[in-house]
Amino acid sequence: MYVIIAGAGKVGWNLARELIAKDREVTLIESDHRRYRVVEEELEHAVQYGDATELWVLERAGIQRADLVIAVTGDDEDNILICQVAKEKYGLERIVARVNNPRNLQHFKLLGVQPAVSATDLILRLIEHEVPEYGLVQLLALEEEHLEIIELEVGQGAPAAGRRVQDVVLPDGSLIISVLRNGAGFVPKADSVIEAGDQVLLILDPGLEGDITPQFADNGTALSDG
Amino acid sequence: MFILIVGAGRVGSAVAKRALEAGHEVSVLDSDPLSHERLDKDQSTSWEDAGGRFTVAQALEVDGLVEAGIEQADVFLAATSGDNTNLVIAQLAQRRFKVPRVVVRVADPGRAAWYAEQGLLTICPTQIAIDQAEREALAS
Repeated sequence: MYVIIAGAGKVGWNLARELIAKDREVTLIESDHRRYRVVEEELEHAVQYGDATELWVLERAGIQRADLVIAVTGDDEDNILICQVAKEKYGLERIVARVNNPRNLQHFKLLGVQPAVSATDLILRLIEHEVPEYGLVQLLALEEEHLEIIELEVGQGAPAAGRRVQDVVLPDGSLIISVLRNGAGFVPKADSVIEAGDQVLLILDPGLEGDITPQFADNGTALSDG
Repeated sequence: MFILIVGAGRVGSAVAKRALEAGHEVSVLDSDPLSHERLDKDQSTSWEDAGGRFTVAQALEVDGLVEAGIEQADVFLAATSGDNTNLVIAQLAQRRFKVPRVVVRVADPGRAAWYAEQGLLTICPTQIAIDQAEREALAS
Protein backbone atom coordinates (compact mmCIF):
# COMPACT_ATOMS: atom_id res chain seq x y z
CA MET A 1 0.00 0.00 0.00
CA TYR A 2 1.33 3.43 -0.96
CA VAL A 3 0.32 6.34 1.27
CA ILE A 4 0.79 10.08 0.67
CA ILE A 5 0.57 12.30 3.73
CA ALA A 6 0.22 16.07 3.32
CA GLY A 7 1.57 18.09 6.24
CA ALA A 8 4.55 17.12 8.39
CA GLY A 9 3.33 18.60 11.64
CA LYS A 10 3.11 16.44 14.74
CA VAL A 11 0.23 14.41 13.32
CA GLY A 12 1.71 13.90 9.87
CA TRP A 13 5.22 13.10 11.04
CA ASN A 14 4.07 10.57 13.60
CA LEU A 15 1.64 8.98 11.17
CA ALA A 16 4.46 8.61 8.66
CA ARG A 17 6.69 7.03 11.30
CA GLU A 18 4.03 4.53 12.34
CA LEU A 19 3.16 3.57 8.78
CA ILE A 20 6.80 3.16 7.81
CA ALA A 21 7.27 0.95 10.89
CA LYS A 22 4.41 -1.18 9.52
CA ASP A 23 6.32 -1.50 6.22
CA ARG A 24 4.01 0.80 4.25
CA GLU A 25 5.49 2.93 1.52
CA VAL A 26 4.98 6.54 2.56
CA THR A 27 5.65 9.97 1.10
CA LEU A 28 5.22 12.92 3.41
CA ILE A 29 4.84 16.39 1.84
CA GLU A 30 5.76 19.56 3.76
CA SER A 31 5.58 23.13 2.48
CA ASP A 32 7.62 24.83 5.21
CA HIS A 33 11.27 24.57 4.28
CA ARG A 34 12.67 24.62 7.80
CA ARG A 35 10.24 21.99 8.99
CA TYR A 36 11.05 19.91 5.92
CA ARG A 37 14.78 20.02 6.78
CA VAL A 38 14.10 18.83 10.32
CA VAL A 39 11.89 15.95 9.23
CA GLU A 40 14.21 15.00 6.39
CA GLU A 41 17.00 14.28 8.90
CA GLU A 42 14.94 11.36 10.09
CA LEU A 43 12.74 10.29 7.20
CA GLU A 44 15.21 11.10 4.38
CA HIS A 45 13.71 10.40 0.95
CA ALA A 46 10.27 9.65 2.41
CA VAL A 47 9.64 13.39 2.81
CA GLN A 48 9.31 15.85 -0.07
CA TYR A 49 9.34 19.63 0.00
CA GLY A 50 6.38 21.39 -1.62
CA ASP A 51 2.81 22.65 -1.39
CA ALA A 52 0.56 19.60 -1.54
CA THR A 53 -2.35 21.68 -2.79
CA GLU A 54 -0.48 22.11 -6.11
CA LEU A 55 -1.14 19.40 -8.66
CA TRP A 56 2.47 19.01 -9.81
CA VAL A 57 3.61 18.43 -6.25
CA LEU A 58 1.07 15.64 -5.81
CA GLU A 59 2.08 14.19 -9.18
CA ARG A 60 5.76 14.33 -8.27
CA ALA A 61 4.91 12.37 -5.13
CA GLY A 62 3.25 9.76 -7.36
CA ILE A 63 -0.42 10.36 -6.60
CA GLN A 64 -1.38 8.37 -9.70
CA ARG A 65 -0.29 5.15 -7.99
CA ALA A 66 -1.27 6.09 -4.41
CA ASP A 67 -3.78 3.95 -2.51
CA LEU A 68 -4.48 6.46 0.23
CA VAL A 69 -4.07 10.22 0.71
CA ILE A 70 -4.08 11.66 4.21
CA ALA A 71 -4.36 15.46 4.51
CA VAL A 72 -3.32 16.64 7.96
CA THR A 73 -2.06 20.18 7.46
CA GLY A 74 -3.05 22.92 9.89
CA ASP A 75 -5.34 24.55 7.29
CA ASP A 76 -8.80 23.16 6.70
CA GLU A 77 -9.01 24.71 3.22
CA ASP A 78 -5.82 22.92 2.23
CA ASN A 79 -7.00 19.59 3.62
CA ILE A 80 -10.33 19.90 1.81
CA LEU A 81 -8.77 20.72 -1.54
CA ILE A 82 -5.99 18.11 -1.34
CA CYS A 83 -8.60 15.41 -0.73
CA GLN A 84 -11.05 16.78 -3.28
CA VAL A 85 -8.39 16.77 -5.99
CA ALA A 86 -7.15 13.31 -4.92
CA LYS A 87 -10.67 11.92 -5.28
CA GLU A 88 -12.06 13.79 -8.23
CA LYS A 89 -9.00 14.38 -10.40
CA TYR A 90 -6.88 11.34 -9.60
CA GLY A 91 -9.69 8.91 -8.80
CA LEU A 92 -8.49 7.82 -5.36
CA GLU A 93 -11.14 5.97 -3.39
CA ARG A 94 -9.51 6.27 0.00
CA ILE A 95 -8.78 9.58 1.64
CA VAL A 96 -8.61 10.82 5.21
CA ALA A 97 -8.79 14.50 6.11
CA ARG A 98 -8.05 16.29 9.34
CA VAL A 99 -10.51 18.92 10.53
CA ASN A 100 -8.76 21.64 12.56
CA ASN A 101 -11.81 23.73 13.35
CA PRO A 102 -14.89 21.55 14.04
CA ARG A 103 -17.07 24.29 12.60
CA ASN A 104 -15.55 23.59 9.19
CA LEU A 105 -16.72 19.97 9.24
CA GLN A 106 -19.81 21.00 7.25
CA HIS A 107 -17.56 22.21 4.41
CA PHE A 108 -15.72 18.87 4.28
CA LYS A 109 -19.05 17.07 4.02
CA LEU A 110 -20.47 19.44 1.41
CA LEU A 111 -17.47 18.87 -0.86
CA GLY A 112 -17.53 15.11 -0.37
CA VAL A 113 -14.38 14.93 1.76
CA GLN A 114 -15.03 12.00 4.08
CA PRO A 115 -13.92 10.64 6.45
CA ALA A 116 -12.94 13.91 8.09
CA VAL A 117 -11.36 13.51 11.51
CA SER A 118 -11.49 16.26 14.11
CA ALA A 119 -9.11 15.97 17.05
CA THR A 120 -11.31 18.35 19.01
CA ASP A 121 -14.30 16.08 18.51
CA LEU A 122 -12.29 12.99 19.41
CA ILE A 123 -11.11 14.57 22.64
CA LEU A 124 -14.64 15.72 23.40
CA ARG A 125 -15.83 12.13 23.00
CA LEU A 126 -13.06 10.93 25.28
CA ILE A 127 -14.20 13.42 27.89
CA GLU A 128 -17.76 12.13 27.52
CA HIS A 129 -16.43 8.61 27.80
CA GLU A 130 -14.80 9.46 31.12
CA VAL A 131 -17.67 11.61 32.36
CA PRO A 132 -20.84 10.32 30.75
CA GLU A 133 -23.45 13.00 31.08
CA TYR A 134 -26.49 10.94 30.17
CA GLY A 135 -24.98 7.51 30.65
CA LEU A 136 -24.72 7.25 26.87
CA VAL A 137 -21.56 7.54 24.83
CA GLN A 138 -21.55 7.55 21.08
CA LEU A 139 -18.55 5.47 20.08
CA LEU A 140 -18.78 5.45 16.34
CA ALA A 141 -21.02 6.96 13.72
CA LEU A 142 -21.01 5.32 10.31
CA GLU A 143 -22.69 8.14 8.47
CA GLU A 144 -22.63 6.65 5.01
CA GLU A 145 -24.12 3.42 6.35
CA HIS A 146 -26.58 5.20 8.67
CA LEU A 147 -25.52 3.23 11.72
CA GLU A 148 -24.01 4.14 15.03
CA ILE A 149 -22.57 2.31 17.99
CA ILE A 150 -23.28 3.55 21.51
CA GLU A 151 -22.21 2.54 24.98
CA LEU A 152 -24.58 2.58 27.94
CA GLU A 153 -24.19 1.75 31.58
CA VAL A 154 -26.93 -0.45 33.07
CA GLY A 155 -28.34 1.35 36.09
CA GLN A 156 -29.49 -0.23 39.37
CA GLY A 157 -33.10 -1.29 38.94
CA ALA A 158 -33.10 -0.55 35.21
CA PRO A 159 -35.71 -2.49 33.21
CA ALA A 160 -32.93 -4.39 31.43
CA ALA A 161 -31.06 -5.32 34.65
CA GLY A 162 -31.48 -8.99 35.50
CA ARG A 163 -33.12 -9.75 32.15
CA ARG A 164 -31.94 -12.03 29.39
CA VAL A 165 -30.89 -10.24 26.19
CA GLN A 166 -33.90 -11.68 24.33
CA ASP A 167 -36.24 -10.18 26.92
CA VAL A 168 -34.83 -6.65 26.86
CA VAL A 169 -37.36 -4.45 25.09
CA LEU A 170 -35.55 -2.76 22.20
CA PRO A 171 -36.88 -1.01 19.11
CA ASP A 172 -36.42 -2.63 15.69
CA GLY A 173 -33.15 -1.47 14.19
CA SER A 174 -31.09 -1.92 17.35
CA LEU A 175 -29.03 -4.78 18.70
CA ILE A 176 -26.86 -5.46 21.76
CA ILE A 177 -23.46 -6.45 20.36
CA SER A 178 -21.24 -6.57 23.42
CA VAL A 179 -21.30 -6.55 27.21
CA LEU A 180 -18.42 -5.24 29.32
CA ARG A 181 -18.34 -6.60 32.86
CA ASN A 182 -15.55 -6.41 35.46
CA GLY A 183 -13.09 -5.13 32.88
CA ALA A 184 -13.74 -7.91 30.36
CA GLY A 185 -16.05 -7.97 27.38
CA PHE A 186 -18.10 -10.71 25.74
CA VAL A 187 -20.59 -11.05 22.92
CA PRO A 188 -23.87 -11.97 24.57
CA LYS A 189 -26.22 -14.70 23.39
CA ALA A 190 -29.99 -14.48 23.53
CA ASP A 191 -30.02 -16.08 26.98
CA SER A 192 -27.12 -14.06 28.47
CA VAL A 193 -28.30 -12.09 31.48
CA ILE A 194 -27.64 -8.34 31.63
CA GLU A 195 -26.59 -7.15 35.10
CA ALA A 196 -26.71 -3.76 36.75
CA GLY A 197 -23.29 -2.10 36.37
CA ASP A 198 -22.62 -3.71 32.97
CA GLN A 199 -21.55 -1.52 30.07
CA VAL A 200 -23.45 -2.58 26.99
CA LEU A 201 -22.60 -1.69 23.41
CA LEU A 202 -25.45 -1.38 20.95
CA ILE A 203 -25.52 -0.88 17.22
CA LEU A 204 -28.53 1.09 16.01
CA ASP A 205 -30.11 3.26 13.40
CA PRO A 206 -29.47 6.88 14.37
CA GLY A 207 -32.39 8.43 16.19
CA LEU A 208 -33.36 5.41 18.28
CA GLU A 209 -31.35 6.49 21.33
CA GLY A 210 -34.40 7.96 23.00
CA ASP A 211 -36.25 4.60 22.91
CA ILE A 212 -33.21 2.68 24.09
CA THR A 213 -31.84 4.66 27.02
CA PRO A 214 -34.89 4.15 29.34
CA GLN A 215 -34.31 0.38 29.27
CA PHE A 216 -30.85 0.85 30.78
CA ALA A 217 -31.37 3.85 33.02
CA ASP A 218 -32.03 3.27 36.71
CA ASN A 219 -35.60 3.63 37.98
CA GLY A 220 -35.32 7.25 39.02
CA THR A 221 -34.04 8.42 35.66
CA ALA A 222 -36.49 6.28 33.76
CA LEU A 223 -39.39 7.70 35.74
CA SER A 224 -38.26 11.28 35.41
CA ASP A 225 -37.83 10.70 31.69
CA GLY A 226 -41.45 9.97 31.43
CA MET B 1 -27.67 42.98 -9.35
CA PHE B 2 -26.44 42.06 -5.88
CA ILE B 3 -22.73 41.29 -5.81
CA LEU B 4 -20.90 39.76 -2.85
CA ILE B 5 -17.13 40.12 -2.88
CA VAL B 6 -14.98 38.22 -0.39
CA GLY B 7 -11.54 39.77 0.03
CA ALA B 8 -11.06 43.54 -0.02
CA GLY B 9 -7.56 43.48 -1.45
CA ARG B 10 -6.47 45.36 -4.54
CA VAL B 11 -8.66 43.32 -6.87
CA GLY B 12 -11.68 42.93 -4.61
CA SER B 13 -11.87 46.56 -3.53
CA ALA B 14 -11.40 47.89 -7.07
CA VAL B 15 -14.13 45.65 -8.49
CA ALA B 16 -16.38 46.59 -5.55
CA LYS B 17 -16.03 50.33 -6.21
CA ARG B 18 -16.64 49.94 -9.93
CA ALA B 19 -19.69 47.76 -9.37
CA LEU B 20 -21.15 50.27 -6.91
CA GLU B 21 -20.53 53.12 -9.36
CA ALA B 22 -22.25 51.10 -12.06
CA GLY B 23 -25.35 51.06 -9.85
CA HIS B 24 -25.18 47.55 -8.43
CA GLU B 25 -25.79 46.54 -4.86
CA VAL B 26 -22.41 45.58 -3.41
CA SER B 27 -21.42 43.80 -0.21
CA VAL B 28 -17.78 43.20 0.74
CA LEU B 29 -16.50 40.73 3.34
CA ASP B 30 -12.97 40.66 4.73
CA SER B 31 -11.40 39.31 7.91
CA ASP B 32 -9.33 42.47 8.37
CA PRO B 33 -11.28 45.56 9.52
CA LEU B 34 -8.49 47.79 8.19
CA SER B 35 -9.13 46.58 4.65
CA HIS B 36 -12.12 48.92 4.70
CA GLU B 37 -9.70 51.79 3.99
CA ARG B 38 -9.20 50.53 0.46
CA LEU B 39 -12.93 50.95 -0.18
CA ASP B 40 -12.87 54.59 0.96
CA LYS B 41 -9.64 55.52 -0.81
CA ASP B 42 -10.03 58.16 -3.56
CA GLN B 43 -13.77 58.36 -2.93
CA SER B 44 -15.66 61.56 -2.08
CA THR B 45 -17.95 59.75 0.38
CA SER B 46 -17.39 56.82 2.68
CA TRP B 47 -18.14 53.31 1.38
CA GLU B 48 -21.29 53.02 3.50
CA ASP B 49 -22.54 56.50 2.60
CA ALA B 50 -22.16 55.56 -1.04
CA GLY B 51 -24.44 52.60 -0.34
CA GLY B 52 -21.89 49.82 0.05
CA ARG B 53 -21.96 47.09 2.69
CA PHE B 54 -18.96 45.81 4.63
CA THR B 55 -18.77 42.76 6.91
CA VAL B 56 -15.81 41.71 9.03
CA ALA B 57 -15.61 37.91 9.23
CA GLN B 58 -13.48 34.93 8.36
CA ALA B 59 -14.23 33.77 4.84
CA LEU B 60 -15.10 30.22 5.90
CA GLU B 61 -17.53 31.28 8.63
CA VAL B 62 -21.01 30.59 7.31
CA ASP B 63 -22.60 33.09 9.71
CA GLY B 64 -20.44 35.87 8.28
CA LEU B 65 -21.26 34.94 4.69
CA VAL B 66 -24.97 34.93 5.51
CA GLU B 67 -24.68 38.29 7.26
CA ALA B 68 -22.95 39.66 4.18
CA GLY B 69 -25.91 38.49 2.11
CA ILE B 70 -24.73 35.34 0.31
CA GLU B 71 -28.30 34.00 0.28
CA GLN B 72 -29.44 36.94 -1.82
CA ALA B 73 -26.35 37.30 -4.01
CA ASP B 74 -26.64 37.11 -7.80
CA VAL B 75 -22.87 37.18 -8.17
CA PHE B 76 -20.15 35.90 -5.85
CA LEU B 77 -16.50 36.87 -6.29
CA ALA B 78 -13.86 35.03 -4.26
CA ALA B 79 -10.85 37.33 -4.25
CA THR B 80 -8.93 36.73 -1.03
CA SER B 81 -5.15 36.35 -1.17
CA GLY B 82 -5.43 32.59 -0.61
CA ASP B 83 -6.17 30.23 -3.51
CA ASN B 84 -7.37 27.50 -1.20
CA THR B 85 -9.74 29.78 0.69
CA ASN B 86 -11.09 31.10 -2.61
CA LEU B 87 -11.68 27.64 -4.03
CA VAL B 88 -13.49 26.39 -0.93
CA ILE B 89 -15.78 29.41 -0.52
CA ALA B 90 -16.52 29.55 -4.25
CA GLN B 91 -17.72 25.95 -4.11
CA LEU B 92 -19.76 26.77 -0.98
CA ALA B 93 -21.39 29.66 -2.84
CA GLN B 94 -22.11 27.43 -5.82
CA ARG B 95 -23.23 24.19 -4.18
CA ARG B 96 -24.70 25.25 -0.86
CA PHE B 97 -26.03 28.74 -1.52
CA LYS B 98 -26.78 28.25 -5.23
CA VAL B 99 -25.41 31.66 -6.22
CA PRO B 100 -26.10 31.88 -9.97
CA ARG B 101 -22.72 33.30 -10.96
CA VAL B 102 -19.56 32.44 -9.05
CA VAL B 103 -16.19 33.89 -10.01
CA VAL B 104 -12.99 32.78 -8.29
CA ARG B 105 -9.45 34.10 -8.38
CA VAL B 106 -6.84 31.33 -8.45
CA ALA B 107 -3.16 32.23 -8.70
CA ASP B 108 -2.03 28.65 -9.40
CA PRO B 109 -2.48 28.02 -13.16
CA GLY B 110 -2.67 24.25 -12.76
CA ARG B 111 -5.64 24.32 -10.47
CA ALA B 112 -7.26 27.30 -12.17
CA ALA B 113 -7.44 25.16 -15.31
CA TRP B 114 -8.72 22.05 -13.56
CA TYR B 115 -11.40 23.81 -11.50
CA ALA B 116 -12.51 25.67 -14.65
CA GLU B 117 -13.09 22.24 -16.22
CA GLN B 118 -15.22 21.40 -13.16
CA GLY B 119 -17.51 24.33 -13.89
CA LEU B 120 -16.07 27.19 -11.84
CA LEU B 121 -15.45 30.55 -13.49
CA THR B 122 -11.79 30.93 -12.62
CA ILE B 123 -9.56 33.94 -13.17
CA CYS B 124 -5.84 33.25 -13.08
CA PRO B 125 -3.71 36.42 -12.80
CA THR B 126 -0.57 34.30 -13.15
CA GLN B 127 -1.72 32.82 -16.44
CA ILE B 128 -2.66 36.28 -17.70
CA ALA B 129 0.83 37.55 -16.76
CA ILE B 130 2.47 34.55 -18.41
CA ASP B 131 0.53 35.05 -21.62
CA GLN B 132 1.23 38.78 -21.71
CA ALA B 133 4.90 38.38 -20.85
CA GLU B 134 5.24 35.78 -23.56
CA ARG B 135 3.56 38.04 -26.11
CA GLU B 136 5.70 41.04 -25.21
CA ALA B 137 8.96 39.15 -24.86
CA LEU B 138 8.57 37.23 -28.07
CA ALA B 139 7.20 40.16 -30.09
CA SER B 140 9.51 40.98 -32.93
